[in-house]
Amino acid sequence: MHRFANPARFLRLSRAIQPWILAVTVPCLLAGLYLGLVESPIDYQQKDTVRIMYVHVPAAWMAMFGYSSLAIASAIGLIWKHPLADLAGKAAAPIGAGFTIIALATGSLWGKPTWGTWWVWDARLTSVVVLLFLYLGYMALWNAFEQPQRAARAASILALVGIVNLPIIKFSVDWWNTLHQPASISRIGTPAIDPAMLRPLLLMGVAYLGLFLLLLLLRMRVELAERRVMALQLARSRDGEPS
Amino acid sequence: MAEFFDMGGYAAYIWPAYGIAAGVIACLFIWSWRGLKKAEQAEAALGKRPRRRSARVERA
Amino acid sequence: MKPKTRRLYVVLLALLALGTAAALVLNAFEDNLVFFYSPTDLKAKNVPPGQAIRIGGLVEEGSLVKDGLNSHFKITDGAQTVAVAYTGNLPDLFREGQGIVTFGRLDAGGTFQAEEVLAKHDENYMPPEVADALKAAGQWMPERK
Repeated sequence: MHRFANPARFLRLSRAIQPWILAVTVPCLLAGLYLGLVESPIDYQQKDTVRIMYVHVPAAWMAMFGYSSLAIASAIGLIWKHPLADLAGKAAAPIGAGFTIIALATGSLWGKPTWGTWWVWDARLTSVVVLLFLYLGYMALWNAFEQPQRAARAASILALVGIVNLPIIKFSVDWWNTLHQPASISRIGTPAIDPAMLRPLLLMGVAYLGLFLLLLLLRMRVELAERRVMALQLARSRDGEPS
Repeated sequence: MAEFFDMGGYAAYIWPAYGIAAGVIACLFIWSWRGLKKAEQAEAALGKRPRRRSARVERA
Repeated sequence: MKPKTRRLYVVLLALLALGTAAALVLNAFEDNLVFFYSPTDLKAKNVPPGQAIRIGGLVEEGSLVKDGLNSHFKITDGAQTVAVAYTGNLPDLFREGQGIVTFGRLDAGGTFQAEEVLAKHDENYMPPEVADALKAAGQWMPERK
């Protein structure tokens, strides 16, 4: 695993896969937007508001995916002291928080015309707000410590504690009575989503995943560059010390 | 065309939803890109000195 | 034991403890996490009149009576039924057979005086033509909640 700990190797790898991700993301995004906004039919109940699903549901997926990545990176960082894993977690947090904000905001805009309210404190919506605070808490802990190693450890522990929230988000709609409807995609048997609506949803899902990965690679480059600057500043201040 | 933008009367909900999604993702890209440029500039500015220092060490 | 193996076990044990604790807490708070009660829960729990609660269920077919902004309807979960009175605009998705959640209080006569009515939409998404075809073919699945 430490083969990937070499930043130079990581940067080479990331430059090599970036164009491939871009090549998948852009067509999926364009096709997803076209199918979602123009081609797909209206819903029998929700009419045109169903189109909000194509930006809302994939954002919620990425919010969960981002947190899973954050938790896995934190575990690897804590157990194997893998320096790049700590950086990957630090890089993923603001992206995951961004997608969580998209999910909350678009969900609110979807809730008003369909449910009749912008917001309710049901188990699903509340657990997603908790997810946002976990992201923010993780980022705050990174900034709360002078030493990167200590910051990484504190933030990683929070990330691992927060894992309990993921199954709560996923199953909240099944375990408790919520205003939010249960999942449509994971249901087996009868099609819960018409194929004409499933297509843009999945295309947008792939596009969001691509955007997430592109952002993650970019932010990891930022973190690595900032770490090099810190190392240089340290070397310089040591250099300047009278001896 | 007007019918498309009207979104069956739900334009006030659908367009802001798409706008927020695009806006947040765009902000993440711009913020990260600026951060990268800033860090690279700082690195370039700092990078010259340590090399000179190592040269000095070699001479000594 | 190597330090990293030890750290692995510490993390795994901590996660196990955390998971157990979370499951116990969630189980204990079950009632508070429920966003609404079904008409059956309402009867079973003997909720006193005047207490603010949310109830959810399907609007009973043929029960809606509208008089301007005042509407009366019944909500059912198949087993029990509660009469609801509401003054105000009903949400776009409100119709008979639709799942709704309403916030309010029971009055002395056993009628639920609603202060807020929210429509619950189901997890099925399809074009109107498909919904009509399913209904015509008798393949329509009634909503579960």
